[in-house]
Amino acid sequence: MSVNDYFIISIFLFAIAVAGIFINRKNLILILMCVELILLSVNFNFIAFSEIYQDFSGQIFVFFILTVAAAEAAIGLAILITLFRHKKSIYIDDLNELKG
Amino acid sequence: MHLLLSLIFIPLLMSILVGVFGDFISKRLSHVLTILGVLISFICSIMLLNDFLITQQTQDILLFNWSIIGEIEFQIGFLVDSLSLAMASMITFVSLMVHIYTIGYMEHDEGYKRFFSYISLFTFSMLMLIFSNNLLQLFFGWEAVGLVSYLLIGFWFKKPSAINANMKAFIVNRVGDLGFIIGIAIIVYYTGSLHLGEIFSQLTSIEGQLISILPSSSWHAVTVASICLFIGAMGKSAQMPLHVWLPDSMEGPTPISALIHAATMVTAGIFLIARMSPLIELSSIALSFILIIGSLTAFFMGLLGLVQNDIKRVIAYSTLSQLGYMTAALGVSAYSVGVYHLITHGFFKALLFLGAGSVIIALHHEQDIRQMGGLRKKLPITYITFLIGTLSLIGFPGFSGFFSKDTLLEAVHLSEQGGSHLSYYLLLMGVLITTLYSMRLLFLVFYGSYRSTHYPLAKVHETPWVVTLPLLLLAIPSIFLGGLIIDPMIMGGYFSGAIFVSPENQSLQEFIDIYHGVIEFIIHAFVASPAIYLMLLGILISWLIWYKNYSLPKQFASLIKMLETVFKNKYYFDYLYENIFSLNIIRLGKMLHKWVDAHLIDSVFVLGSARTVQQISSKTRQLHTGDLTQVALIFFVLLVIFTAFWIS
Amino acid sequence: MFSSYLLSSLVWMPIGFGFLHIIFNSYKLSESLAKIFSLAFNIPLIYLGILLYQQFDSNNPAFQLTERFAWMPFLNADYYLGVDGISMPLILLTLLLTPAALLAGFNSSKGKYSNYAGMLFLLEGMMIGVFLSLDALLFYFFWEALLIPMFLIIGIWGGPQRIYATLKFFLYTFFGSIFMLIALIYLYIKSGSYAIESFYGLPLTETSQFWIFLAFFIAFAIKIPMWPVHTWLPDAHVEAPTGGSVILAAVLLKMGGYGFLRFSLPIVPQASADLSMVVIVLSLIAITYIAFVALVQSDVKKLIAYSSIAHMGFVTLGIFSIFHIDSFDLSLLAIQGGMFQMISHGLISGAMFFAIGVLYDRLHSRNIADFGGVINAMPKFAALFVFFGFANIGLPGTSGFVGEFFVILATFAVHPLVSILAGTTLVFGASYTLWMIKRSIWGEPSSIRIENLKPMDLRESLVLIFLAIGVLALGIWPAMLTDLTSASLTELIQRLGL
Repeated sequence: MSVNDYFIISIFLFAIAVAGIFINRKNLILILMCVELILLSVNFNFIAFSEIYQDFSGQIFVFFILTVAAAEAAIGLAILITLFRHKKSIYIDDLNELKG
Repeated sequence: MHLLLSLIFIPLLMSILVGVFGDFISKRLSHVLTILGVLISFICSIMLLNDFLITQQTQDILLFNWSIIGEIEFQIGFLVDSLSLAMASMITFVSLMVHIYTIGYMEHDEGYKRFFSYISLFTFSMLMLIFSNNLLQLFFGWEAVGLVSYLLIGFWFKKPSAINANMKAFIVNRVGDLGFIIGIAIIVYYTGSLHLGEIFSQLTSIEGQLISILPSSSWHAVTVASICLFIGAMGKSAQMPLHVWLPDSMEGPTPISALIHAATMVTAGIFLIARMSPLIELSSIALSFILIIGSLTAFFMGLLGLVQNDIKRVIAYSTLSQLGYMTAALGVSAYSVGVYHLITHGFFKALLFLGAGSVIIALHHEQDIRQMGGLRKKLPITYITFLIGTLSLIGFPGFSGFFSKDTLLEAVHLSEQGGSHLSYYLLLMGVLITTLYSMRLLFLVFYGSYRSTHYPLAKVHETPWVVTLPLLLLAIPSIFLGGLIIDPMIMGGYFSGAIFVSPENQSLQEFIDIYHGVIEFIIHAFVASPAIYLMLLGILISWLIWYKNYSLPKQFASLIKMLETVFKNKYYFDYLYENIFSLNIIRLGKMLHKWVDAHLIDSVFVLGSARTVQQISSKTRQLHTGDLTQVALIFFVLLVIFTAFWIS
Repeated sequence: MFSSYLLSSLVWMPIGFGFLHIIFNSYKLSESLAKIFSLAFNIPLIYLGILLYQQFDSNNPAFQLTERFAWMPFLNADYYLGVDGISMPLILLTLLLTPAALLAGFNSSKGKYSNYAGMLFLLEGMMIGVFLSLDALLFYFFWEALLIPMFLIIGIWGGPQRIYATLKFFLYTFFGSIFMLIALIYLYIKSGSYAIESFYGLPLTETSQFWIFLAFFIAFAIKIPMWPVHTWLPDAHVEAPTGGSVILAAVLLKMGGYGFLRFSLPIVPQASADLSMVVIVLSLIAITYIAFVALVQSDVKKLIAYSSIAHMGFVTLGIFSIFHIDSFDLSLLAIQGGMFQMISHGLISGAMFFAIGVLYDRLHSRNIADFGGVINAMPKFAALFVFFGFANIGLPGTSGFVGEFFVILATFAVHPLVSILAGTTLVFGASYTLWMIKRSIWGEPSSIRIENLKPMDLRESLVLIFLAIGVLALGIWPAMLTDLTSASLTELIQRLGL
């Protein structure tokens, strides 16, 4: 497997995640998961470039991103729960407060 | 200097004392203080006059610099000369009399102290006006007397007519003041100074200059300035068509009608023109204008006196007419004669007003002459003094007013000023009219039978000494003053230092040359002037109509009826001002407020712009579906596009 | 410390007092204690004002007592304060009128006096900041920041329509300031510094001068306000509480006139000269047209607000007629007239609004028809009210006369018609003021409530009497003000090359 393949995986992951955000019209949790997936694709990139340039900092960033992603997931879920308490729903169609 | 300052400022001091600390002092103290103040003023002015007569020295005193802007100096200072001293002596004397008289007239009024404070303040303002050596302070005094006049006309502020009258007086005066202030502006523009002496020395710089107010018309600056100043004088001295406030001002208490609206304030206009004589002399157009306005006022306002039934209004119209005489004298460059008549008139007109006031108190505030009659037995002192005043007013030979009025008529007769012939005849007819309304008043009030139904004759008795004493003291100058001062004042060139008459306008000189003393003057009047016969004719006619009650021939009746309607409506001046000017101004104001302010600016522009924003946003808000995924998609697409641009 | 940082103290001390008051409020300090504090805080401020007056050299036209520190070095913006003859009287005016506005709120602050005083102190500091700033960015900061306390004063303590009025006030003035900011940034780019002095004498092309003048003009004309952008003023005044009206009329409007003198004329002299006729015409419209509108107002506060617009017309007329006067003396007279009118109008309109507040506290109405015969129950109040009425008319001997007189005299040199139209204020000013006085003060008591009016208390009489003394003093001896301003105004005219 060459380094290019890692990029292809990363692009696939990213595409799946973005598509998941746009196409999914139901569940907020799905969006959250897709966001995690985007971060994952970024991680792949970091690791791949770290390998190419033989630079260790790429892999350190991955650890950073993993921790931030964990924190973000926690906060995201917490918001989700409050939202659910407030709205009694986590369906995206019900969340149209921004409608003009 | 000290004399002068005490002359001017002691009345102010007393006015402030009584006005501000009125709550803490007794009624008695309030009149003692103010009378003392005016008395000191009077004594000082006599002493200064005496000094002046000995030394013949004009003093120009600087008090302080009001403000200095560049080279233009605004100063407060005094000019002590023949003109100001003559005026001051008359003003302080009449004011003193009025102060004493007020003790009796206002005895039971709640505003007793306030009244004394006001009239002392008035005396101060008037003195500031006449002693001023510059136009700024003159304007200050001018407006200050206007303010006090406003306060005093509305003294009984619960009376709707009084508070209408005082507003009218002030606003009409302000129309004149607009002219005055423009006049000052013209003078400052050309001479760069407000100081009278400097203005007169710089007159060459204004002579020959042209002003164009409207495009394609140009006027001599001197003419415009003179006429503007005269418009100011028209307001204050109630000349047509700015006369409408004076009859209404009779709503004020009688003492102030005597002081302000007969003897002093209304003559400020005459004083102003006399003071500015070096300027006015340069424009014969302005002189003709002054002459014509003056004689029209003298004639037409006199006529209105014939149909009035309010004792004070008859005298008010007589004041208007006499002011017209003085103005006419100014118009023929006989300034000294104008001031001479001003001074004699000050005394006898104050006497008449105070006499009328005495009648009013005796009848318990009755002013309608139809409710009077036969009072000469009941009010002997008032009657005698009123008679003296009347004889002086109509110019009965030997009385004070005779000399001044006859000199005045001669001056107009001899003048070659444009319009002087017309004026002469108007003024001559004026003599007849003056006699008619004066004698009518005298006969209706003091002769015949008592006509009032609601106030019994038995209760009428002579007024207290504080009222009659001023009458007696004023009666003396009303008889003798004219004969005494004609020699120095008119013939002797007393005013030569203060008043300037250009050589071509010296028409009075002819009259001065043939003058050989008072007795000859009276004889000359019988021989040379029709005035005296018109006066006697007037006495005869009024005796027939209002004493013998001869009714007029039927043919005249309808004509008289028609004239009477015109007279009663005061030539419709009030109608014009109130129903046409004021109403339309208010209508215009309402229209502007509603259509321009509220509709055009506020609704169309201000709220309109807000509404436009709202309309645009109500369209664009539909783009916001609030759908999260859609938002995310747009976000992503734009991100991609911008990144692509950034990379490329 | 105060003497070396006198100007900073003048700006920041009131602001500090303002925050103190807001803190007091959160600690539930009692109303009466807050009132005592608010008055006591004025003592050091007045003392600073006296110090400033003593240290100020009126013969020196330059900026004095300057303080300059780097503020935002990357923008070349400094913290730069200084005082000259133009700002000096305005600062004294601010210091004198703020206590009056504080006292006006004693009984009408809806139980939130501490906050009210806080807002007024903030406003005071910022207004002084506007007059003292010599750095355009600092100036702009104060200029905009003071909208906030004013917005809150009208919005919290105002009348029933206060929200509409306060929004209108805010948006109107904010709209104008934006253009000013653009002009300032442009000038910064040209000169490389935000110091106002560095803007003076910049070689600008005629077009850019035109646009800069226009930008400034919109900002200042709205503030002053000039016809036809005046409609915010009557609404703001009507809804503002008494103290707000006092400050608004007395000081806030003067910022417009100050702006013309500090920015428009010296920075863009060419455009000012070219467009001066437009300003003169607008001023004359303000003087005549507004008089008609004032005549028909039934709300007494609106009437005074409209009369303010007419009086401020004299300020702009005086300032801009200098371009059409050949003689130096008359130019100086015109601009001095405008300057004097600002100060005098501050005192007179402040006093008028305070006096109306006295009546409003008792009758809860501003409708002239609800007054009538006030003199019967409140004779001393009536005397003072009539006095201020006559000062408003411009009676000689009061300060109201001086500015109008100077401007009327000087504008004759522009054109006789200008002088005559300006002079009509003699008639119209008298008409609307006296008619209002007639309907509200004179006459029989119009109702039982008028008969039972309480006489003025000590607080109210003191404020009105002090203002009356000020009005009289300036009217009797205007030199004390004209001498203060003359050096700076002379220099301004010379800089314009007139």
